[in-house]
Amino acid sequence: MEQLLAIRARGITKSFGDVVALDGIDLDVTQGQIHGLVGPNGAGKTTLLGLLLGLAVADGGRLEVLGTPVGRALDAPDGVAGFVDGPALYPSLTPRQNLAALAALRGHDARTAGIDDVLAEVGLTGVADDRVRGFSLGMRQRLGLAAALLTRPRLLVLDEPSNGLDPAGKRHVHGVLNRLAADGTAVVLSSHNMDDLEALCSEVTIVATGRVVFSGPLSKLATDNRELDYRLLTSDPQAARRMADDTPGVRIVDDAGVRQDAELLVVRAMVPALDDLVVRLVDEGVALRELTPVVSPLEAAFLALTEQQEAGR
Amino acid sequence: MTATLTQSAEHEHEPVTRGRRVPVTRACRFELVKLVSQWRIRLLVLACWIAPALFVAGVSQQSTLPVDTLFGRWMHATGWAGPLVVLGFAGTWALPLLTSVVAGDVFASEDRLGTWRHLLVAVRSPRRIFAAKALASLTVILVLVAGLACSSAIGGLLTVGSRPLVGLDGHLLSPEDAALKVLLAWVCALAPTLALAGIGLLGSVMLGRSPMGLLLPALVAIIMQVTQILPLPVAVRLALPGYAFISWNGLFTSPTQLAPLLIAIAVSLAWAVLATVLAYVLFQRRDFTNLAYDGSGRHALTVGLLPLVGVTTLSIAAVAVSTSSMGSGIEQGKVQRSVATAFAHLYRMQTDQLHRPAVTEAQLRTTATCAKSAGKGAQEGAGNNWRCAVSWHLPGIAVTGTAIYQIDITSDGRFVADGDGPKEVNGYFLLRTSTGDAPNPLWQFDGNVELLDTSSKG
Repeated sequence: MEQLLAIRARGITKSFGDVVALDGIDLDVTQGQIHGLVGPNGAGKTTLLGLLLGLAVADGGRLEVLGTPVGRALDAPDGVAGFVDGPALYPSLTPRQNLAALAALRGHDARTAGIDDVLAEVGLTGVADDRVRGFSLGMRQRLGLAAALLTRPRLLVLDEPSNGLDPAGKRHVHGVLNRLAADGTAVVLSSHNMDDLEALCSEVTIVATGRVVFSGPLSKLATDNRELDYRLLTSDPQAARRMADDTPGVRIVDDAGVRQDAELLVVRAMVPALDDLVVRLVDEGVALRELTPVVSPLEAAFLALTEQQEAGR
Repeated sequence: MTATLTQSAEHEHEPVTRGRRVPVTRACRFELVKLVSQWRIRLLVLACWIAPALFVAGVSQQSTLPVDTLFGRWMHATGWAGPLVVLGFAGTWALPLLTSVVAGDVFASEDRLGTWRHLLVAVRSPRRIFAAKALASLTVILVLVAGLACSSAIGGLLTVGSRPLVGLDGHLLSPEDAALKVLLAWVCALAPTLALAGIGLLGSVMLGRSPMGLLLPALVAIIMQVTQILPLPVAVRLALPGYAFISWNGLFTSPTQLAPLLIAIAVSLAWAVLATVLAYVLFQRRDFTNLAYDGSGRHALTVGLLPLVGVTTLSIAAVAVSTSSMGSGIEQGKVQRSVATAFAHLYRMQTDQLHRPAVTEAQLRTTATCAKSAGKGAQEGAGNNWRCAVSWHLPGIAVTGTAIYQIDITSDGRFVADGDGPKEVNGYFLLRTSTGDAPNPLWQFDGNVELLDTSSKG
């Protein structure tokens, strides 16, 4: 099946004086995909998002956004919306005024621009006429998302959209993003919150020191790369510890015997070795009550890949 | 397996247009909405449209008038003096502060709020953002200046009425002429206001959220005022944009002192254009993805301020070469002519108020003999040590009348003549006029020495 690319970047470079922010970045994001962008601070994520939003111009490489090559001038095609470094709206205006001004800027009549709809979509109808000055970070995030939605984007670029949101708010925003993606909008999501990325993204790109160190499906991260730490809770901790010790490729990394929670076992293994251990436990009649990664595969991969990158510099 | 494919806009995607840029008018409207939503701007608009009227109305009702301010002594006599008093005050304080608050903050506020990226994503063109911000701040400044002018005029006209105004050389302007000249004076004051607005834009772009950006126009205005107080050569004085806040005085003499006014306006407009262009260049060079950006830094100070220093130097050279005015411009001959002219006009007015037989200025053949420091030292320059003996002739009377004045001349050419006898001519006494009791017009009067040698003599 052929998929349309909302973003196609090849060999993108960008420097600020002597500082190389992006060093030959390649990136493909298909329409209808929520694509995560991960990287340590200073990796070049903001610069990359800035290029997508037309806030900066690449020094080299080729960037196509929604099928349109992005030129040398600060520019971005219609259909691109979002925010970098948090949403920034005008505190002296109300959400409705902020959105009306934005609609007017785009040449839309504020009455027919769908302001009430987007406010309802992000759950801000009740405070639509309050000044933004008194809003919490979470409410500002929602309003930033509403501002982006107002333009009916086909590429949505978001930087830490869950910052400051409570669990219910987070779920609400996730729902909005999933609906957008289902309708064909491509979403590029930069975040340090691995849970968000794992909950939302089908693919991620990990960037370190201006270079892509991984790009692909999340599932590939877990299987491809490395050993992960897993937490095991079984009906017979002693037997589980013994079998983990005996299983090739599995190491006990946390001696649960000295911990308060003696039933818990933490092992480090790659997925095939872990599968062997699970089979052996079941064969021996040990019930497996919980098996969860200590850190998410994405976080582990992120840490490992970025550490490798740092070490290789 | 999933294959990826980039499609051209014309084919597989929905029609994708190149980023449609927002027209400047729309962006300007947005900037105006933002400006007007700020409480301090609303307060300023309210203050500019109400406070001058209250001030003029209040002062016009009092027995003590602000005689230190130009035209202040005529606030009881005509409603047209009020807007000129307010203009004098505005040129010194209000207009620099207004431009600071509006133009000095129009870019910096986006830095403070962290909204640059939002704005740039919405408008898609730094050039248009700049134009919109410049136009919006200009609009607000014009509304504020219009408020000061209209409000003070309305206050004066309602409390005192539209009556003739005594000009700076003592000649009487009809209410219509006074209205026109008051309007022209305010229009002339727009030029240095625009120069300060340009400096405000430059400071706002250059210094980001630093308070120095906000204060720059006020700071420049203070420096220019201090400079105008110093005993500088005329060429330097005229080559600074601040002089245009003073040179409107020349509209109220006959003949009009046009040359200094036009030079000052041209210099102010040159500053306005240059400062705005420099602000634009710095804004275009800005990196909007750099979070740490907080003004364009030291380099920008050099790029932004050196050209202004250059244009000042060029202006000084141009004015010096074209007018050959490297002295103070306050020379004995000019002082004598100015004092004699003002005295003749005011004597005619006094004659009328005393119901004596009418005389004309030509019949009076007034002359003045002035000396500085009792004739010791150079007979030129500002100071309160000028003393003039004014002589005149009345038709049919052989004796020549003489009156003495102490003259205090400031370095911008403005002077106050204080009568020093004889008392029956230039002492303090009240005269009954059609509008009520008024001090003897020959007791104290304001005047203006034209610093350039361009107007006709006499």
